Amino acid sequence: MSVESPGIVERLVRDDTDRKRFLKMVGGAGAASFGAFVLAACGSSSKSGSTAATSAAATATSAAAPAGGDVGILNYALTLEYLETEFYSKVLAANLFKGKVLSVIKDFGAQEQAHVTALKGAVSKLGGTPVTKPAGKFPIENATQVAELAYTVENLGAAAYLGQAANIQSPEVLASALAIHSVEARHAATLGTLVKKPILPNGAFAVPADMSTVLTAVKPFLG
Amino acid sequence: MSFNNTTADPELSEGHAELTAAQAQMGAIEVHGMTRGSFLVRGTLAAGAVYGASAVAPFVSQALGSSSTTASGSTGDVEILNFALTLEYLETAFYKEKAKQVGLSGQAKAYAAQFAEEEAQHVAALMGAIKEMGGTPVAKPEFVFPVSNEKTFLALASVLENTGVGAYNGAAPSLHSKAVLGVAGSIVQVEARHAAAINLLIEKSPTPDGAFDPPQTMQQVLAKAGPLIKS
Repeated sequence: MSVESPGIVERLVRDDTDRKRFLKMVGGAGAASFGAFVLAACGSSSKSGSTAATSAAATATSAAAPAGGDVGILNYALTLEYLETEFYSKVLAANLFKGKVLSVIKDFGAQEQAHVTALKGAVSKLGGTPVTKPAGKFPIENATQVAELAYTVENLGAAAYLGQAANIQSPEVLASALAIHSVEARHAATLGTLVKKPILPNGAFAVPADMSTVLTAVKPFLG
Repeated sequence: MSFNNTTADPELSEGHAELTAAQAQMGAIEVHGMTRGSFLVRGTLAAGAVYGASAVAPFVSQALGSSSTTASGSTGDVEILNFALTLEYLETAFYKEKAKQVGLSGQAKAYAAQFAEEEAQHVAALMGAIKEMGGTPVAKPEFVFPVSNEKTFLALASVLENTGVGAYNGAAPSLHSKAVLGVAGSIVQVEARHAAAINLLIEKSPTPDGAFDPPQTMQQVLAKAGPLIKS
């Protein structure tokens, strides 16, 4: 998905408060390494067609790893899963859906919660401390708007996992991240059919998103 | 609001509503005892024992012959890429040639046309990656698909796409090259999206294994894909 916006990235480089807040949340990377994320983001761009696979590989390879190694990556993923869980919980509370769609939303919310539990366990297992749950705020207006937002959120989640795959050191952690990654993709495609948007927003090759891109995209949802 | 491609009543979440705490355990999705490079050698030998060397050969050009030296480094990556290439050949033939024979309609026809194109792009990308690593892409085998109508076609499509997800998820942690891992990750996400779309079309859960897509060993993959390979 093409969520990159150099303008916003540049703004984040200057906005010390925002980046420190997020980095503290994902496990204490310094401002210097944030610069590396931004550089990686500026250097990558979404391409289409036959170059997409090469582009995906290049982006995955060049993107800077979060500080803290696998624990840092897991805490980053945990933060995103917390937000997704919170989102589905608020959507369900708003009582906008019924029938099959409601059932799917419930399933997806429960699955995000399962990801939270799994990631917390993995962080602890590696000797790290799971990040705390951030406050989330989401615009909940009507069924169509919420489903479209869910589609955006799930596409971002899938891109975020893909963006970190090559940074993960442990094969076990990688296997776990992949098992979650493809479920986020299934969610995104399902919501795509619901809101009549592409099940494959980037065609035959999914495009990864690095941390700064994801940070920019989730910023409006942090309470 | 409803899903545009589902018509009947059964819940999409049939059988998957209950997400137990046990499912959330990381241990359930760990690759037990897997070391880098072991995926192919162990998998090929096991699969060869079940299906015979000729069924296995198209999947891996060299793993059997070089098993004494173990598939490692770029050799291991090439083997995994050739394994993936065979699955993508299979999917491309299925959506392109078999779909025409069967004669699909509506959403099934639209998906088959779209997915055929995307699987063909995966074939091209994998062949390119294999060559870049100094390997030789396996030749396209002949396939036989036991389907005769739209219903059986979609049922097999679901099996193939969901198996594809498990195959990539199972093989990816054994890859050495980060660039190859990036390509595999990019492709598996697309397979997962295909799988969800096909499952929705046939009123199956888009997340048939719940919150975690389990990795599949080569033996598990061959149990489903092997019988479809004629030569």
